[in-house]
Amino acid sequence: MTELLVKNACVIDPLSGINGEVMDLAIRNGKIVEEVSDAAEVVDAHRMLTMPGGVDSHTHICGTKVNFGRYMSPEDMRAGRTPRRGAMHATSGYSVPTTYGNSYRYSVMGYTTLLEGAMAPLEARHTHEEFTYTPLQDTMANTLFDGNWGIMEAIRDGDTKRVAAIIAWTLKAVKGFAIKLTNPGGTEAWQWGKNVSCIRDPVPYFEVTPAEIIRSVVEANELLHLPHSVHLHCNNLGTPGNYTCTLGSMGLIPDLNKKRQTLYATHVQYHAYGGSGWKDFCSKSEPIANFVNMRPQIVMDMGQVMFGRTTTMTADGPMEFNLYRLHHDKWSNHDVELETGSGIIPVVYRRKNLVNSIMWAIGLELALLTKSPWQCLLTTDNPNGAPFVKYPEIIALLMSKRYRDAEFATIHPDTESRVPLPAIERELDWHEIAVMTRAGQTRALGIQDLGKGHLAPGADADVAIYPFKIDEVDPSAEYQRVIDGFSQTEYTIKRGRVVARRGECLVHGSNATFWVAPKVPENYDMGKDPDFIEKFDRYYTVRMRNYPVQDEYLTRSRCIETEAEL
Amino acid sequence: MIVKDAVCPFCGCLCDDIEVEVEGNRVVAVTNACELGTTKFMGEKRLKNPILRDGNEWKDITYDDAIRYAADMLLSAERPLLYGWSGTHGEAQCVGVHMAELIHGVIDNTSSVCHGPSILAIQEVGHPGCTLGVVKNRADLVIYWGSNPIDAHPRHLSRYTRYAEGFFLENAFRDRKVIVVDVRKTETANIADEFVQIKPGGDYAVLSALRAIVQGKTDTIPRTVAGVTREQLIRVANLCKSAKFGAVYFGLGLTMTQGKYKNIRNAIELISELNRHTKFTISAMRGHYNVYGSNEVNTWMTGYPFGIDFSRGIAFYNPGETTAVDILARKECDAALIVGSDPAAHFPRKCLEHLAEIPVVQLDPYPNATTAFCNVQIPVAVTGIDAEGTAYRMDGVPIRTRRVLSTDYLSDDEVLARMYALMQEAQRS
Repeated sequence: MTELLVKNACVIDPLSGINGEVMDLAIRNGKIVEEVSDAAEVVDAHRMLTMPGGVDSHTHICGTKVNFGRYMSPEDMRAGRTPRRGAMHATSGYSVPTTYGNSYRYSVMGYTTLLEGAMAPLEARHTHEEFTYTPLQDTMANTLFDGNWGIMEAIRDGDTKRVAAIIAWTLKAVKGFAIKLTNPGGTEAWQWGKNVSCIRDPVPYFEVTPAEIIRSVVEANELLHLPHSVHLHCNNLGTPGNYTCTLGSMGLIPDLNKKRQTLYATHVQYHAYGGSGWKDFCSKSEPIANFVNMRPQIVMDMGQVMFGRTTTMTADGPMEFNLYRLHHDKWSNHDVELETGSGIIPVVYRRKNLVNSIMWAIGLELALLTKSPWQCLLTTDNPNGAPFVKYPEIIALLMSKRYRDAEFATIHPDTESRVPLPAIERELDWHEIAVMTRAGQTRALGIQDLGKGHLAPGADADVAIYPFKIDEVDPSAEYQRVIDGFSQTEYTIKRGRVVARRGECLVHGSNATFWVAPKVPENYDMGKDPDFIEKFDRYYTVRMRNYPVQDEYLTRSRCIETEAEL
Repeated sequence: MIVKDAVCPFCGCLCDDIEVEVEGNRVVAVTNACELGTTKFMGEKRLKNPILRDGNEWKDITYDDAIRYAADMLLSAERPLLYGWSGTHGEAQCVGVHMAELIHGVIDNTSSVCHGPSILAIQEVGHPGCTLGVVKNRADLVIYWGSNPIDAHPRHLSRYTRYAEGFFLENAFRDRKVIVVDVRKTETANIADEFVQIKPGGDYAVLSALRAIVQGKTDTIPRTVAGVTREQLIRVANLCKSAKFGAVYFGLGLTMTQGKYKNIRNAIELISELNRHTKFTISAMRGHYNVYGSNEVNTWMTGYPFGIDFSRGIAFYNPGETTAVDILARKECDAALIVGSDPAAHFPRKCLEHLAEIPVVQLDPYPNATTAFCNVQIPVAVTGIDAEGTAYRMDGVPIRTRRVLSTDYLSDDEVLARMYALMQEAQRS
């Protein structure tokens, strides 16, 4: 039995309704408990800001395309190197760090749970292998269904229950956590070098539209009672005027779930563009935020862009090709049979570039114009908008109008006429930041009942203690202190152990992986469905028996069983 | 007993539809595999136990002694080299990286004498690729350039291209065109619809000519380019542009001939250009069944696919300096651990002369050319035959190999984990 007592913690734990209360946290065997014995090890938090460990609900850290981002970018690897030291292995990389690099840097920032944003089912084993080497965070993977042949055929046949059955079989086989749709239909069209323009444009051969894919898969998700909602990367990412497509996609979504949203729209900054081309490109954050304000069934994340060099990577292959034609830098693409695709290019976001400046403003506007912080979560779509190490700067920008104005003065001068940002006075408070960086993610992912993202007795003892006192820092004026404070915890505690202290990771760690296993009736078991088996045998290049990810790949397996309504 | 859906641990095709018949813990028949794979599954003459060189003789030693020998050798080395890795599973490769990091060694895999230049090209211009099933189901044009799958990847044609069924092709054999580009008429050229014969060393020029034609600059093309007529170049470029889905598979005939990584760069840029007209992909025909896995493991653990030097604590990568051949040729290396490869069969003489001078430990189930250079050889279970583990197919698809036999041999990762544990212990004390 191991016991730890965190004394004098100034706790903000939105899911437990605690906002700035100075209290003790008792921890036994990795869980928060009511009290511990006198023998417990004691950590004195000295009234420092203490929150549940950070949760990133959309980040690209592990798997085929992330690793290819590293593989093709020795220049990025050189840009961040640390040697083996104490319990820490050597790390490389700035925008796409090695797995240890990701894990240590997230841990030092107080993050304890990460959701990989896009895993191709056929290559799931790779994602799980990298999770094993991301030892200081619990992990889970969005699983890509945007170009899944079986699903598109079932939609064409009007059989939503079969859609659900295929999703159930696949998620269980690949040990995935949630459904991801990336440019639905577009990734299949891209295997012919084509794309879909928006939600009414049919997918070649399959003759279903993105709108039909989104609607059917959302229904299927609820039939399967999955913890998370459908996680959508809308069609038309990154094109001027795409906000109408985004509004159209969001407008498809009914309110189907009492406990959480019905749709998680990711990196919405990239989908909130006005204008008819690059020349009149402008922000359309207002209509998007207004729309979300009226619809509790939608949660989004920012996808904030920060200036500097980074690497873009997404399953959205056609978008990356378009970006390549703009930037003329190196371009990688990787289509995955019967399922999805991906693309990667390096980019530099420049303050002197008008489009980049507008993008920077849009992300902030979405967060500031969305009334409820539970509906707009803090992300950069790491590393697409910026590497996650920029999160503290984003927090400071959201908390300080003065900081935003100071930054605004350094960007392209024409930005002012294209964005509403300078007129927005709102400054977020500590509680709102806690929602946008852990509590909101936890609720959106549906992992609160699994003991994540809060500090009530029974919860996993994942705790971040930041080295400042909230009553001594004025975030509106002292934004540098906010940045410094969130950049490095005093203590990061994972499963009841201190894993990081003042920038050093102290233990090797061992991650847990959350995945779902929906239980379906016998007649919906795709593993026994003759048509599904025959198609698999004929068109995949991997045998069906060799496709599922074996138990060996999960260090700590946290299987979430659900009862499907089929 | 018949083991179904076994995974063949020979080439980068990583065929996973093999049926292996086992009787009395011996493989007696193999179905679906090619000749190369069958030979590997049926393979015998394995070393029975670890051996130590004793003058001109070999002496049997225990696993404990052999592992201790290797750990001591690596700990006392100033510039240890950990080389090979393409013929073992990912779990063992991970231990290898941790070992290299601990002892500030150099870890390199067989890519550095194989598709290393292809990787350098990818690092300059990227890689438009796809999984093999995308090609199987869609490609109406396949180009083999400087590769000869009939000999080196025998089932590539039947599983993924020429003879494969394809979802979007009504009659795949008839509707799919195959072009072979090579300096000589290979076996594969005999089954092609079009054979382009290039004068040795002329690949770069031919690629440039094709790029020019695709860009509409046909006027600039001379009557012949490296022995290929203007007419044929135009015909090939038109076949490419009019294909619905084209795929290029290149081999060492493009990577390791004059121009090296510049050839691959030019080929990739041709493919990027073709993507402005239609859909095209390009991929390397990787050799060892898990050479790609070794690149993957190295990359997520160190940031670089091969040639990683930990001598300054951080991971440092500079192919041509931190790669095995260079470190041996410069006589820097003072101890070598070889895992899952046979450098003595492939390295330049100068490197082997140095390898003969330094202590060498090899993990390999079979005696091979490198055995002659070893101080100790440790036989291990063969991944895919008597050991399970992860391998990455040439297109990046990871597959877990099956165990078809049970033997007492330790697997690579078991041996390496024990070696690593000894080394950690020694460093602590």
